[in-house]
Amino acid sequence: MPQTRFHSVRLEKDKCRGCTNCLKRCPTEAIRVRGGRAHIIDERCIDCGMCIKVCNYHAKVAVTDPLSSISRYKYKIALPAPSLYGQFGGVRNISQILNGLKQMGFDDVFEVARGADVVSQAIRDRLKNPDLPRPVISSACPAFVRLIQVRFPSLVDNIVDVRQPMEVAAMMAKREFARKNNVREKDIGCFFITPCPAKMTAIRHPIGHEKSAVDGAISVLEIYGLLSSQLRKAPIDPSLETATDLGVGWARNGGESYAVCPENSMSVDGIMNCIHVLEEIEDDRLQGLEFFEGAACTGGCVGGPLNFENSYVARASIHRLATRNPSDDLNVDSGTMTKYDLYNSESIHPKKVMMLDEDMEKAVAKMEKIDEVLASLPGYDCGSCGSPTCRTFAEDIVQGNATMMDCIHKMKERIRIMAQQMVDLAETTRE
Amino acid sequence: MAAQLEKVFNVEAGAYTTAGEASTTIKRTLKQLGASREVLRRVSVACYEVELNLVIHSMGGTLTLLVDPEKVTLISKDVGPGIPDIDKAMTEGFSTANEEARTLGFGAGMGLPNMKRNATDFDIQSEVGVGTTITMTFALE
Repeated sequence: MPQTRFHSVRLEKDKCRGCTNCLKRCPTEAIRVRGGRAHIIDERCIDCGMCIKVCNYHAKVAVTDPLSSISRYKYKIALPAPSLYGQFGGVRNISQILNGLKQMGFDDVFEVARGADVVSQAIRDRLKNPDLPRPVISSACPAFVRLIQVRFPSLVDNIVDVRQPMEVAAMMAKREFARKNNVREKDIGCFFITPCPAKMTAIRHPIGHEKSAVDGAISVLEIYGLLSSQLRKAPIDPSLETATDLGVGWARNGGESYAVCPENSMSVDGIMNCIHVLEEIEDDRLQGLEFFEGAACTGGCVGGPLNFENSYVARASIHRLATRNPSDDLNVDSGTMTKYDLYNSESIHPKKVMMLDEDMEKAVAKMEKIDEVLASLPGYDCGSCGSPTCRTFAEDIVQGNATMMDCIHKMKERIRIMAQQMVDLAETTRE
Repeated sequence: MAAQLEKVFNVEAGAYTTAGEASTTIKRTLKQLGASREVLRRVSVACYEVELNLVIHSMGGTLTLLVDPEKVTLISKDVGPGIPDIDKAMTEGFSTANEEARTLGFGAGMGLPNMKRNATDFDIQSEVGVGTTITMTFALE
């Protein structure tokens, strides 16, 4: 395995002031401030984008593909995330957005919401199997899935083995375009219009299968200006709009649950809220729950850090679009369910990055040392040392990544003692 | 002697606001020690049940976590009131939870049976007026 794996979330060192905003908010304690700059611990980062949202200096950024990258392919297909539809408050018509997108240089547009229809059907089928551990957990939000891998190893088996809507949409888009236009699938590039960095990372490092069917990810922010200007000009071809309201509804948290198991599901948004509920699921406190949907961002994908519109405004727009034709029909035929690789080919494993040592005995010894160090710390959790809490600071000291004098309070105490010693020394040598 | 970790948590009777905190810390500890997902799953369930038992039924006590390379041990020790009929308490569906606890969703009478089901070894000793001690071990494969 390569030492440094790809992450969409990056730090622009020049802009970082070494403050504690991201440090304190990272859900996997993946950030440390060392030498006045933040550092992201690769193995722990889940690409949720929380640090991007809370950085006042815009030092945290998401790396995505530029629009110009589509020229690598002979044929280009745009795969808009359903959340894109919520970015244009005045637009009541999805076709208008799809046609505007096509005008920007794509040969075709395929709705990820359509992929979500098919994924919803696949999850409905999985829920019929009583042997799967309950609650069955959504695999849609990659940051949420990585959170489980990193912090909730006992729940990885609950994650449903169905691929993400963007993957399914890419497979369908390529197959259909190749057939219709009599071209080779390998000449087609599918580009996801993404609201979040975690999807970008999931394309480079898919979870549950080897290779992604998606060829690149372009952020909503990258295309927002151009697309806005195209909206008024584009001719309306209604045939581009193929998804049901249920698929469109996936853009907001709760949409997936509504599509797969409205009668007995729970949906939680915001990564910290997800952690609280996952703790309960881990303790088996939510007995009888069938389906659980978690989203790292507030409101679900509409709250993604690469969107333009405010999460709540976008959520309201999506709600309007997802409730035009109330029906539970996903409009997916049985042929579609067998034609594509809808299911994972590899199982999802926990990532033991929180582990103190491979050797249990050594880990126990380290744990005792950590408790000892922790007892001597002030417990302010101020973050001045560069670790998010006194506990993580104690862990960093024991792991050899920090020293006691990084704590400014311990330093102050030490200086006070030394000053006193100087005074004492001066007094005894006065004669 | 092999390294052994010991952590003791005080659990107050009726302290619903802090109920579950010991379990959360215990889970975090085991994750850092690299316990397998199966062990984690079983300890999580039993640990939360036993902690809540201390809060709901006991007059307060301690929850102790012991870890050595072979096993995880959880010991719940309270100062009363003690269980008059252990066999009855071990029966699924039997509960003495008060109204306050029931409105919070506790008291389904699955606590002790659930602990026993998840632990590798389960032992309960109780004396009315003295207290109850539950010892559970979980083998680390």
